[in-house]
Amino acid sequence: MADGAVAASDVGATEFALRERRDTGALHRAIFIGLAGLLLVAPFLAYPVFLMKVLCFALFALAFNLLLGYGGLLSFGHAAYFGMASYVSAYTAKHWGMTPELAILLGVAVAALLGTAFGALAIRRQGIYFAMITLALAQMVYFFSLQTPRFTGGEDGIQAVPRGKLFGLLSLADDRILYYVVAAIFFGGLLLIYRIIHSPFGQVCKAIRDNEPRAISLGYRANQYKLAVFVLSASLAGLAGATKAIVFQLASLTDVHWTMSGEVVLMTLVGGMGTVFGPIAGALVIVAMQNYLAHLGAWVTIIQGVIFVVCVLVFREGIVGVIAKRVKQPL
Amino acid sequence: MKLKSLLVACAIAALSAGAAQAQVSVKIGVLNDRSGLYADISGEGSVIAARMAAEDFKAKEKGINVEIVSADHQNKPDVGSNIARQWYDNEGVDVIMDVPTSSVALAVNQITKDKNKIFINSGAASSDLTGPQCTPNTVHWTYDTVMLANGTGGAMVKAGGDTWFFLTADYAFGHALERDTTAVVVKNGGKVLGSVKTPFPGQDFSSFLLQAQASKAKVIGLANAGGDTINSIKQAGEFGITQAGQKLAGLLVFSSDVKALGLQTAQGLVLTESFYWDLNDQTREFSKRFAARNNGKMPTMVQAGVYAGLLHYLKAVEATKSKDTATIMAKMKEMPTDDPLFGKGTIRVDGRKMHDAYLFEVKKPSESKGEWDLYKLISTIPAEQAFRPLDQGNCPLVKKS
Repeated sequence: MADGAVAASDVGATEFALRERRDTGALHRAIFIGLAGLLLVAPFLAYPVFLMKVLCFALFALAFNLLLGYGGLLSFGHAAYFGMASYVSAYTAKHWGMTPELAILLGVAVAALLGTAFGALAIRRQGIYFAMITLALAQMVYFFSLQTPRFTGGEDGIQAVPRGKLFGLLSLADDRILYYVVAAIFFGGLLLIYRIIHSPFGQVCKAIRDNEPRAISLGYRANQYKLAVFVLSASLAGLAGATKAIVFQLASLTDVHWTMSGEVVLMTLVGGMGTVFGPIAGALVIVAMQNYLAHLGAWVTIIQGVIFVVCVLVFREGIVGVIAKRVKQPL
Repeated sequence: MKLKSLLVACAIAALSAGAAQAQVSVKIGVLNDRSGLYADISGEGSVIAARMAAEDFKAKEKGINVEIVSADHQNKPDVGSNIARQWYDNEGVDVIMDVPTSSVALAVNQITKDKNKIFINSGAASSDLTGPQCTPNTVHWTYDTVMLANGTGGAMVKAGGDTWFFLTADYAFGHALERDTTAVVVKNGGKVLGSVKTPFPGQDFSSFLLQAQASKAKVIGLANAGGDTINSIKQAGEFGITQAGQKLAGLLVFSSDVKALGLQTAQGLVLTESFYWDLNDQTREFSKRFAARNNGKMPTMVQAGVYAGLLHYLKAVEATKSKDTATIMAKMKEMPTDDPLFGKGTIRVDGRKMHDAYLFEVKKPSESKGEWDLYKLISTIPAEQAFRPLDQGNCPLVKKS
């Protein structure tokens, strides 16, 4: 009798959990559809170049969030992959005459290689040491970029990168057309990250994030998972950087500077760490501030700081984190 | 009655047509650093200078409606390029002015060419703007690295400073400054005794300064910029290097830097600028009016360049009654420049504005008569000697003509 009651309540709980998961799935699907619709009409409402910038940084923040929010690893050197990929894509597009899609893919490949090398070193330590190792390695990339003007153009950067023709056919000179290409890249990246998070691989990553010794005791090779998620994150950051180089037709030291690593942390925290859609909101807020408050001069950085402080003090879960709490669904 | 109203109607029509013809609206975007390293040399002061140019030109009375907008590019090329595109595409900006920081300036240079607008640069140092990257749409007004090297390098040797030692910031810009200045020093019969590369950005220059002191060179050239320059000058002041008889030559120093360092620290520093507020009656008159609007701060040469550049642009607009890019650029290059701050000059086919440069030495505190009495003039460098000859810049526009 008692056994039966327990079994019944168990079944009830599982059913409830399943229904909840279905609800969440439906909600996410609705958000994805809404987002796709928004991406389609956005260039008619706002300035396309600005939107492309938001999308590039949103993808960058999404990649960073994959590592921080789902892998529990705070990298303070993500500018290295972002910046190096943007240099590679700018360089190959300009000097080797690559078509944009090949230039971007090459950038991603270099970011992945760099991520593998740096990740393999960095995951050997945890917490603050991990962050410092990634920062130190990223600074090496910065100095490499500073000291090789033949490749990076030094402090002038690589300028006048041709936008070229997609697959050698479709000219990207028009902002609207380029926007849709960037939106497609962004949406593809977002779907990929969503898939990664909700795959068994992502579940294991979350388990390692929450309790690494327990995950190891269950037989998972934590370091391999960490390295894999690190490389994925670095490659996606590279995808964002390489795309940005084509959009702005330049690659510069700003992209590899440590402040860029800081900016992406800011975007992720403001938007909501460990939420799927948070980094997009964070990137939108930060880039919009940089852009629309530009006439206020010195106040931009001060306002940015105030927003960060308010965000950390009042809603620590970030914009989307707070909304997720309200609707009681993970977003 | 009917005839009268007809006449009135005709008169009104004629008047309004006349007014419409004379009315030209131009929108000027001042894009510079308003929060960082270069906020003092450009920043809000450049916007004030632009407004003063529009007022002094009496643009309204001449039927030219000038609107001035401004923004902070935060020394980031992507922020600057985004703003420039938005200004040109959406907000109808005709001219972008100032733009310090070479990487941002080169980006805006390219966008301006693509959008066929006008870019009058005052704040950036890169001589590439009128060299390999020159465009028919850009005018580079105030200074460039070649001028700084020619001014400080050449004029110093002539003034007796014929042995040099370089403190070079270890990155492309520092190397370029050292290379260009060395060439000028050697050409003028001077000798370079040695150089040392300092890490960039650097905090502690003491060992490098001691090395420079031990070299017994008459001049220590500072091939660096921004914070590096400030730090190295401060530390040289602490070592008493200039008091001991060696000269310190700043290759990229502005009057606002000298003001910030104070005469006690910066005394004896030699540097080149193309404008100083206390040059003549006209510059003094302008600078006093400017300072009254800029919290008592005198204009830098970059801000002066914004004023003069906009004045010349407005003259071209008035003369051609149009704001078609090609027409205006042709007029600006054809018409000799004449303004109270830089005197008479010309704009070359590669976009280089030609005017004299000046070699200054920072006064000792005992010589200074006022808060802003910073420099004494050592020599004037004629425009032809100050800037790179037209045929040596590798500007594609020059080959064609």
